[in-house]
Amino acid sequence: MSSLAASNEREVATPAKVIQPAWVRTVHWINAVAMILMIMSGWQIYNASPLFDFKFSSAITLGGWLGGALLWHFAAMWLLMVNGLVYLTLGIATGRFRKKLLPITPEGVISDAKAALTGRLSHDDLTRYNYVQKLLYAGIIVVGIVIVLSGLSIWKPVQLQWLTALFGGYDVARYVHFFCMAAIVAFLIVHVALALLVPKSLRAMIIGR
Amino acid sequence: MGRLRSLLIPGVDKQLLVRDAAKLMPDLARRRFIAGGASFGALTLLTGCDVSDSFSAEEMLKQVSKFNDGVQALIFNPNALAPTFPESAITKPFPFNGYYDLEDAPEIDGKDWKFEVRGLVDNKKSWTLEELYKLPQVKQVTRHICVEGWSAIGSWTGTPLRDFLKIVGADTRAKYCWFQCADSEGYNSPLDMATALHPQTQMTFKFADEILPRAYGYPMKIRVPTKLGFKNPKYVISMEVTNDYKGGYWEDQGYNSFSGS
Repeated sequence: MSSLAASNEREVATPAKVIQPAWVRTVHWINAVAMILMIMSGWQIYNASPLFDFKFSSAITLGGWLGGALLWHFAAMWLLMVNGLVYLTLGIATGRFRKKLLPITPEGVISDAKAALTGRLSHDDLTRYNYVQKLLYAGIIVVGIVIVLSGLSIWKPVQLQWLTALFGGYDVARYVHFFCMAAIVAFLIVHVALALLVPKSLRAMIIGR
Repeated sequence: MGRLRSLLIPGVDKQLLVRDAAKLMPDLARRRFIAGGASFGALTLLTGCDVSDSFSAEEMLKQVSKFNDGVQALIFNPNALAPTFPESAITKPFPFNGYYDLEDAPEIDGKDWKFEVRGLVDNKKSWTLEELYKLPQVKQVTRHICVEGWSAIGSWTGTPLRDFLKIVGADTRAKYCWFQCADSEGYNSPLDMATALHPQTQMTFKFADEILPRAYGYPMKIRVPTKLGFKNPKYVISMEVTNDYKGGYWEDQGYNSFSGS
């Protein structure tokens, strides 16, 4: 594929080079849809038996009631899981994870975080992630894996009881699932805000360059 | 409302069903569920689905839920036991739960009560409580998991359903054991045969070593630790062994029918 060839020639900074190959853009937007469906239906499910002293407004939940939300959640989960597996497989097979996300050094993260906060972080080369991006993107992949596994352990605490036990039991797994959701929502807010601040990064995720 | 009417199940009192739905979902959530499909029209546009008919989103979800029934039946391991707990782990007080308040729960006189056995069985006789109490009983301390998400550990004692199915000569190649209950709205629920034959699936007569109190389903509940709570019927009055899918109280309203845990 031309996109793979282009990423190998990253030293040649031609303006036309592909920043986000087609497969990344495809799984990214499918994931965006799946995540939003999962989060909004998940909030409605949470409301049936809240873990904390608050509920989510019905204006931002999906499904209308518990039964409807469960139907959405257990339908969108297939989209999320299959798409996520495709992403992980291709990310590893194409070497994209290794090239884009590694290595992550504490020094790099600290210096890039300082640069970001003082507005001195460069966005000239969108094919290279800075250390803060590397940390957040690698971190959110891990969170994505944990939220799926904790979800499976809540869904099947008998058939997958080894997995539920790994999370410290059914009740603990519910909290893990919730906090992973909170981390993803926090990531989403920052991610969308920064994409709007650097519109060419959004363009690259839509048309590839 | 036209759409809603077409959702109703033949043989079910429509007024009762609507009243019940209104009680359960005071914010007209049932209608909002359908409307929710419409507001996600933009999303289905991305996938190229027909958005003008919001009902299609609901139909799609129902189809996926049926697919999920099949997936769950596939991954159901008939030999995998639900985790058991020490007595010290029992949740006290164990929550009362139903679509009705405790004072509206059925009040059954154990002397008049009979358990009717119908369908694909050799012996269709009805059983008195006295007769059932004579069957060998076992105790389990397992986790009850509600579809809402909360869970509680309880102690249930009774006769393994698979032993009873053998006694009545049930055709265990049939697809379901369909249970009916005594509460006013006629709660009922189908249980797939593989789960009915699971060693921990129990005709329960005692909770915490005491005769099952009214709150927990006197005189008999079906305890299924491999299913969500709503698949554990209380105040059971009859069982039909059948190949037909007869629906269930919550299943017909949209809860996944297999709902295995």
